[in-house]
Amino acid sequence: MDQSIFQYDFIVRAILGALFASITAGLAGTYIVSRRMVFLSGGITHASFGGIGIGYFAGINPVIGAAVFGILSALGVEYLSGRQKIREDSAIGILWAFGMAIGIIFIYLTPGYSPNLMSYLFGSILTVSDADIIALGVMSIILILYFLIFYRTILYISFDESYARTYSSYVDIFKYVTTSLMALTIVLNIRMAGVVLVLSLLTIPPNIAMIFTRVYFKVVVWSVLAGFLGTSAGYTISYFAGIPVGATIIFTLVIIWVVAKGINQLLLRYKRINR
Amino acid sequence: MAGLFDMHSLSASYGGSLVLEEINFSVKENDFIGVIGPNGGGKTTLLKVILGLLKPVSGEIIFNSDLLNSNSIGYLPQISTGDINYPVTVTDVVLSGLMIRKGVMSGMSSDDKKKAEMVIEELGLKGMARLSLSELSGGQLQRVFLGRAIIGDPRLLLLDEPGNFVDSSFENDFYEKLRMLNGRMAILMVSHDVGTISSHIKSFACVNRKLHYHPSHEITNDDLLAYGCPIQLITHGEVPHTVLKIHT
Repeated sequence: MDQSIFQYDFIVRAILGALFASITAGLAGTYIVSRRMVFLSGGITHASFGGIGIGYFAGINPVIGAAVFGILSALGVEYLSGRQKIREDSAIGILWAFGMAIGIIFIYLTPGYSPNLMSYLFGSILTVSDADIIALGVMSIILILYFLIFYRTILYISFDESYARTYSSYVDIFKYVTTSLMALTIVLNIRMAGVVLVLSLLTIPPNIAMIFTRVYFKVVVWSVLAGFLGTSAGYTISYFAGIPVGATIIFTLVIIWVVAKGINQLLLRYKRINR
Repeated sequence: MAGLFDMHSLSASYGGSLVLEEINFSVKENDFIGVIGPNGGGKTTLLKVILGLLKPVSGEIIFNSDLLNSNSIGYLPQISTGDINYPVTVTDVVLSGLMIRKGVMSGMSSDDKKKAEMVIEELGLKGMARLSLSELSGGQLQRVFLGRAIIGDPRLLLLDEPGNFVDSSFENDFYEKLRMLNGRMAILMVSHDVGTISSHIKSFACVNRKLHYHPSHEITNDDLLAYGCPIQLITHGEVPHTVLKIHT
């Protein structure tokens, strides 16, 4: 095979992957962080591993299995938390471990060695297929349109749900649809960052953005930019240092977060002195 | 004065138990009614029925459709249910009061934003339009939520325990704002603090499963007893104390 074509293909895939991952993670992550759903998202992520295991065992695309598990667990928790008859954090904790257990059992039962298992746990750009990239690209477009068209409705329902109920009968529909989209985003990004690390890909960029702005729309834009900076820098470092890409991305994002915090502290002090 | 709505022998239940029983009650333009009663007596349930969030089990509420429909009621909920660390600005929160007339797909026009600016200024929050909620004091927060309730020019304003998040420095100012708003809308204010509100409102409604209307802003312990509305009358002074009935 021609080495340069292989490299070119790899770079294009890496750049598109980083771009789509940043867009989807920025949009979904801002919603998750603002609505304080980080723990729920962790539960969705790990529950979807059960779907990956069953996918392997049944010989279907593991991403489809993960999507089904992810969306069902997200809707289940959202439904239960509305009933308030169950300890939500305990339910998520159970779901979390149960999904992992199912995944491990079915992967163990699958005949032969599963070479891609590690890539689902820790993410790998090498195993990301064209179909994965296309799926993330389509997801980016869906999320952008969804948030642009329903921006005010989504913003106000997630800010103050009980007040929204005083004027709208669509609160539950929007909660379920948005949460399903979040679950799907998480699942599609598992290929990039892995089950163990994907949550940070969604939650660190909005936390970087919120250091500098408290306007929802701007938080989304800055999250996407911070995410893209983190993922592309992570790829580059990972490529040249020969270390795992998922871990490198998260490491890079945390460093950006620490630096941003530091800069913000200095700016605040500077303002105080000059007042 | 034209009536805004009438309740006819309305009963409502909450969580399986009857909370409001056979209520006859009406609110007219420019009313300023203090809704008082013991905890669990049905004050908030009454507001929920008016807002259409709870269907009565029997009886009915009839709106005077020329003046009032569910789109022209402003509502200030009990202590903010919104997350103050959420990334929204003061303007965004005030604008959300307009969602009641908008579809799920609409944005905010520049007229809407101008209107929000006016409301923010009217409530003494000038210069804070772009701040996030976490940067405000309790009294300022309450004014933001009041702004959300009034931006749609409602004919009826429902306030649920507004005293809860007032810092005392803003309390008089807040009631002054309400007096001004009362010129253009009827106000129904739930409160447990009878002493404080009596100097601002025009009449009382005592709710304890039944509703008794008291057409004056002065109310005595004997009135409350007669209405079956057991609450303490508290007067504010240097030392917390309760004023008891005069011995005879």
